[in-house]
Amino acid sequence: MDFMVFQYPMITVQACLDGILLGILFALIAYGMALQWGVMNIINIAQGDLVILGGYIAYFMYLYGIHPAWGVIVSPIIMYFVGVGIYKLVINKVVDRDLFISILATFGISILFMQLMNFAFGADVVLANSGYGTTFLFDSAVVLPNSKIFSAFVSIVFAIGLVIYMKKSKLGRAIRATAQNARAAKILGVDTEKVYAATFGLNAALCGVAGALISITFTIHPYMGLPYTIRSFMIVIVAGLGNLPGVAMSGMGLGVFEEFADYILGTEFRIGSVFLLLVLILVYRRFKLSRKREYLK
Amino acid sequence: MNKNVLLYAAILIFGLAAPFVFPAFKVQLSILCVLIVLATTWNIQGGEMGYNTFGNILFYGLGMYLCASVQVGMFFPLAEWTESGGEKTFVHTPTQFFQGMAAGLVVAAVVPTIVAGLIGYAILGLRGHYFAICTLGLGVAAGEISGGIEIIGAGQGFTTPPFPNVGGLEARGEFFYFLSFGALVLTFIAVRAIYSTRFRLILNAIRDNEDKAEAMGIETMKYKIIGWMVSAFFCGLAGGIMGGLVGYIDSTDVAFDGREMGVFMVLMAILGGKGTLWGPVIGATVFHIFKEGFWTFFLGWQYVALGVLIVVIVIYFPEGIMGWLREKYPERFGEVVDEADRKAQVELK
Repeated sequence: MDFMVFQYPMITVQACLDGILLGILFALIAYGMALQWGVMNIINIAQGDLVILGGYIAYFMYLYGIHPAWGVIVSPIIMYFVGVGIYKLVINKVVDRDLFISILATFGISILFMQLMNFAFGADVVLANSGYGTTFLFDSAVVLPNSKIFSAFVSIVFAIGLVIYMKKSKLGRAIRATAQNARAAKILGVDTEKVYAATFGLNAALCGVAGALISITFTIHPYMGLPYTIRSFMIVIVAGLGNLPGVAMSGMGLGVFEEFADYILGTEFRIGSVFLLLVLILVYRRFKLSRKREYLK
Repeated sequence: MNKNVLLYAAILIFGLAAPFVFPAFKVQLSILCVLIVLATTWNIQGGEMGYNTFGNILFYGLGMYLCASVQVGMFFPLAEWTESGGEKTFVHTPTQFFQGMAAGLVVAAVVPTIVAGLIGYAILGLRGHYFAICTLGLGVAAGEISGGIEIIGAGQGFTTPPFPNVGGLEARGEFFYFLSFGALVLTFIAVRAIYSTRFRLILNAIRDNEDKAEAMGIETMKYKIIGWMVSAFFCGLAGGIMGGLVGYIDSTDVAFDGREMGVFMVLMAILGGKGTLWGPVIGATVFHIFKEGFWTFFLGWQYVALGVLIVVIVIYFPEGIMGWLREKYPERFGEVVDEADRKAQVELK
């Protein structure tokens, strides 16, 4: 336990800024999860592993001398095809089945990816150095790496781009129609199978962007996927499906929470506190709903 | 009925004779017993009640830590033991070891039951996706948090008391084998007794349609909590035994091992057939034989194989072995089949 946070106000500012910049990244991942959850009613446990895989793509570009920031362009393109591949191989067989089947199937994919990444890239914690330098604020009391600002900026650009794409493009309209009513969309000539594949691909591409940014800003490790899944799940249930400002806000809130948990409880409890927060949020919502004799479903 | 008695007697005799007939496989057989206990208890929750949980690993790990802590803490200072190599400074006498183990197993079974009651009250109101993810979160959170607590060894692990120097060389293996076999018999008898009462029907009603069950006047919440407490009791017991058997407890790799044990118990129950008495037993046996037989061929690729196995079983074999048998030989399961109707259905397909 460390109460430095309360004695030095600048640490609070630091934690808030760090948390907000981090939270924007979480919101991007959560947006992908909300997309596929809304359209296909699937919770993808492998979401975090897709993020990490995207991060490794950027890291490999860095190893071969290309600036890792280009990973933001390359990684989503590769990840789109990875996502469509996963859909064709596994997900299309579980879309309309029992909910637990899809959770367990994606859990299997998650374990598979975790271990394949462990073989391919080794079990070391890695970081792609962007060489962007740092910004000092308030007489160097607050230190912000420029890479974090860059990553938040890129996330916002991608999120806005995706929102416009979903509104204007033909595929975007088809996706939204399928989310509203898959059967009606099918009758009206939408190829729902294709829409599902594209949705899963888009989600994977978003994960790829987020992963590339994480590899620049933070660190990546083959086994770090599950916390990202849990974070995005948490953000989506707090915000609700299809509530984009809500996703952004709760993402930032989660980021700030994590930074404070890190300062106050210590780094070793950081991931644990994220998982506990998930449980607490669910319990809170359950008791709130049970007063009206309803339940989370 | 007569056939059943013979079957049970045969299994019991086999179980009692096994460590002497196959002395080399004692540890494997003990692990098999623990796996069967875990799969059977998961089945109460996931198969009969329809509440698919990844969180039973919480009780298993809790039981493991509690049993070892009690066994050490009854006689020696726990903090010094876990700090570094306490097992060399403090040595359990045989009496202390067995007393500690007995007390530890009682605590390991009772405390998780209480914890399950409390947590169950909080989270059993969730359904579907939410319940599954919430329990997944609980299991991982428990692992992460216990990995940060100093008194139970934090990140460096916790060595359980070594087996005292009594009996022959084989004494340790035989002791843990009979302990886990005893737990298995106890679990099986208890679960079988539970399944023959109205309780199972209530659980099945909750699985099939909870709203209707509630409308029929069943206090679903009460039965859900009791169901979870029953599985927590045996999970904790199995965890305590496994802790002593392995001899070393690590927060994320042994105790709250959601990536291995936590998935295994779900997989075994599904492989055998959810919602049947014998399904988890068969599933666990098949899975354990497969795992031990082939794991060495996949050297290093075990988790890849595990991931593929999960996906394949879940997609192509969700009914499990018992479900498959039931479809193939419905007469054996007491179902009356109209042959003409069946043929017509096959033709329709």
